[in-house]
Amino acid sequence: MQPTDTQHPDYFHKVVDCQWACPAHTDVPEYIRLIAQGRFTDAYMVNRHSNVFPGILGRVCDRPCEPACRRGRVEQKPVAICRLKRVAADHREADIAARLPKIPKRKNGKRVACIGAGPASLTVANDLMPLGYEVTIFEQFAEPGGLMRTNIPSFRLPPDVLNEEIQQIVRMGVDLRLNHPVTSLRALLGEGFDAVFVGSGAPKGKDLKLPGRQEAADHIHIGIAWLESVAFGHVDRIGERVLIIGVGNTAMDCCRTSLRLGAKNVKVMARKPRAFFKASAWELEDAEEESVGIVVNRAPKSFVTEQGRLTGMLFDQMEYELDDHGRIVGERVVGEEFFPADDVILAIGQENAFPWIERDLGIEFDRWDVPVVDKVTFQSTRPGVFFGGDAAFGPKNIIWAVEHGHQAAISIHRHCQGESVRDRLPPGVNLQSRKMGVHEWAYANDYAPVERRLVPHVSLKERFKKLNIEVELGFTIEQAAQEAQRCLNCDVQTVFDAKLCIECDACVDICPVDCLTITVNGSEPDLRSRLRAPAKNLSQALFVSTPLKQTGRVMVKDEDLCLHCGLCAERCPTAAWDMQKSFVHWPHAADNAAADAARNPKIA
Amino acid sequence: MTYLAKPKVSHPSLPRNALGLTRRDYEGSLSTLCAGCGHDSITAAIVEACWGLDIEPQNLVKLSGIGCSSKTTAYFVSGGHGFNSVHGRMPSIATGANAANRELHYIGVSGDGDTLSIGLGQFCHAIRRNLNMLYIIENNGVYGLTKGQFSASADVGTKAKKGETNFQPPIDPVLLAITLGATFVARSFSGDKKQLVPLIQAGLRHKGFALIDVLSPCVTFNDHEGSTKSYAYTREHYEPAVHADFIPPEREIVADYNEGETLPVVMHDGSRIVLHKLDAAYDPTNRAAAAAQIQERMRAGEYLTGLLYVGSAEKDFHDLNGTPDTALNKVPYEKLSPGSKGLAKILERYR
Repeated sequence: MQPTDTQHPDYFHKVVDCQWACPAHTDVPEYIRLIAQGRFTDAYMVNRHSNVFPGILGRVCDRPCEPACRRGRVEQKPVAICRLKRVAADHREADIAARLPKIPKRKNGKRVACIGAGPASLTVANDLMPLGYEVTIFEQFAEPGGLMRTNIPSFRLPPDVLNEEIQQIVRMGVDLRLNHPVTSLRALLGEGFDAVFVGSGAPKGKDLKLPGRQEAADHIHIGIAWLESVAFGHVDRIGERVLIIGVGNTAMDCCRTSLRLGAKNVKVMARKPRAFFKASAWELEDAEEESVGIVVNRAPKSFVTEQGRLTGMLFDQMEYELDDHGRIVGERVVGEEFFPADDVILAIGQENAFPWIERDLGIEFDRWDVPVVDKVTFQSTRPGVFFGGDAAFGPKNIIWAVEHGHQAAISIHRHCQGESVRDRLPPGVNLQSRKMGVHEWAYANDYAPVERRLVPHVSLKERFKKLNIEVELGFTIEQAAQEAQRCLNCDVQTVFDAKLCIECDACVDICPVDCLTITVNGSEPDLRSRLRAPAKNLSQALFVSTPLKQTGRVMVKDEDLCLHCGLCAERCPTAAWDMQKSFVHWPHAADNAAADAARNPKIA
Repeated sequence: MTYLAKPKVSHPSLPRNALGLTRRDYEGSLSTLCAGCGHDSITAAIVEACWGLDIEPQNLVKLSGIGCSSKTTAYFVSGGHGFNSVHGRMPSIATGANAANRELHYIGVSGDGDTLSIGLGQFCHAIRRNLNMLYIIENNGVYGLTKGQFSASADVGTKAKKGETNFQPPIDPVLLAITLGATFVARSFSGDKKQLVPLIQAGLRHKGFALIDVLSPCVTFNDHEGSTKSYAYTREHYEPAVHADFIPPEREIVADYNEGETLPVVMHDGSRIVLHKLDAAYDPTNRAAAAAQIQERMRAGEYLTGLLYVGSAEKDFHDLNGTPDTALNKVPYEKLSPGSKGLAKILERYR
């Protein structure tokens, strides 16, 4: 193998599995260390820099970081990253105004319109307001927040938390126009904005057109629309027996909300076996804790009505044939079954819909009637019109919407400055040694054999009394301190200098997870099979050094299970290994603006 | 050394031996030697070898004297028995323990000072008695624990860290052991586990006294330019003559060996050592020729390494002394104790 190019900005970034998996590249280990030190406000600000809504995301993030977490590979359960984020938000100082970016009094004369006050638009405003832009957000409802307000029930995300983090942005001077649906993009474009950002989400829930749908319409609800009605207080009760169709995260919110509105018997009906569920494991767990029944292998067949009133649903009983990889290769109907119900909620997916965008504005739509959006710049085929969040590529989640917002903000900035939206600041990584003394490091490098802490919940007796009782209580400071110790500090990188190595084997011998080998170089598959412990996880890189001085062999490190305990560096007599903190520099609009200013002082 | 104990967590796909144990189960306590010490690598090689031989930790006896080397018995197989003896007296303890229980595996770890200076007499007599043990010398040419004075294995012309030159000729434990009649004599290097691990395995299975002299650089006092026992010098002047593959009885010899270059040696328990002659002219089964060639290479400044002499199983300590064929703790009490009448009879013989 060629020597590994650790100068490449992705190499060390990838080693920090959580940060690499986070769409917004939040510096997770850094904020976890700050939590361990009791520096909650600092931890909050590290989060806010990348993901803008730490309090919200600390409760309802889809947390792609956790399945990626190295701790999960070392001992099954990942660090409770998401819940630690909430700790930072829960325990921070109330007033962080002084730490937020200063908003210039003199504006730069550029006006940006954002459609929809969801996470994507809010992020655009968050990034552009400090640069002197005037941002106007148009929102169809009476309150901002988008899906975060309408689709996430208040027992998971209290309105106070939501309002606080939205207001941090609105207070920057955003012109927020509530109850102001945009009905024509042509008209909006006519108002002379320098750029338009469409962050209108995926607001259209899918329907299920089966026999009986019309007759029983009063008791069949579209999941996201129903949640929205509950959020705004238009709906406050539901029948005793409720069937939820679909088994994604919206279904989980629907079943748990039903229980709080008077339902006694709630069943989630899944077409396929459990392995195919779309809902996150933790959301399933939370629903099942509340005694929601999940019925698998039932495909909806018809709505059953009696004298025009819904009495239940008929399902086909399915059987599936799986191959060795667990994929479905065959299915058949083995019977049918009736489930009684007073109400049915359909949670089988949602789509974006743009009836308000005229099709002759130069904005191209593809054959699924979805706008064509550039994956890097988020620009549509009409320069100056950008898309982000669910509106861009269909339903994802909040953290993706935030990152879309960051990237779109860069494009909007460049577009407004008359520069190419493609010409963006590249990402980078800086390294800084964490060595303090012979065996002293500026991080806690000892492996803490602590098991994942459980977040305490409000008792089952209490939680159903009101719709808005938050179920999760969040970690106490003591629990957070223990959970924080589980983090392996993957951002404190093992940096190797081949010139200094005397091949004494000390690092190889001490490594607790056998990830180091000094051996003769070979091809990657060959090397992977010859290491001290087989390197079977192909998604994790091998580090290969330049040839070593004394024998010409190479140092190989399998990044997969490295504990970042630094014992290799402690045992190294020549400091060929060092532990260095990687700072991933993932540019935002402000960084692009600063770089422009450095290049051309006139722009500033 | 490190200040942290090696975390107990390990690689989930680490291989397990016949006892269901991983390498990690053969480790010992936290090493307090200098970072980069060759001794720590030898410790890792012993761990690997014991794991590979499926030795039950409680059946291993670890013996040592005094010195950096002698601390290392604490750093491997913490489930084994250990005895850290007086300086240079490890062979006496080994003899006593071996006499009492012949069913255990004995591994003595000593250094060039402990063996070749204060313990030279004990060392020679352990060979003479053909004690059934593996004797490892962690040889770095200096007294590391007392800040790097030349030891009895320091080569002529080698330089100390502060610059003075050694003029006294060294005692070479390999030549000494061959001369004294040892039947398993090897030299290796802490930086070459591929060579060292099978040697340790073969040495542990060898019937009688097995010596491995392991060049083990002292990273603090003897790893500079001008030293003849530094990592760099050893690698440059390191000449493997015979590579020994250890093959336990239950495993078949699968590799295809060229005749004349390879030589399988069957051991008393049915396991085999397959010797690969890397130097075609070298004969590891001829005591006199081996000694001559080692001396010749030494004069040329080369360290000849590998299994340098291996002889057929001669009588070991137990055969020579007619001891019972089980451990004394398995001999019934009635047989073991002569009783007061029996004792009186025995004493009568000396009156």
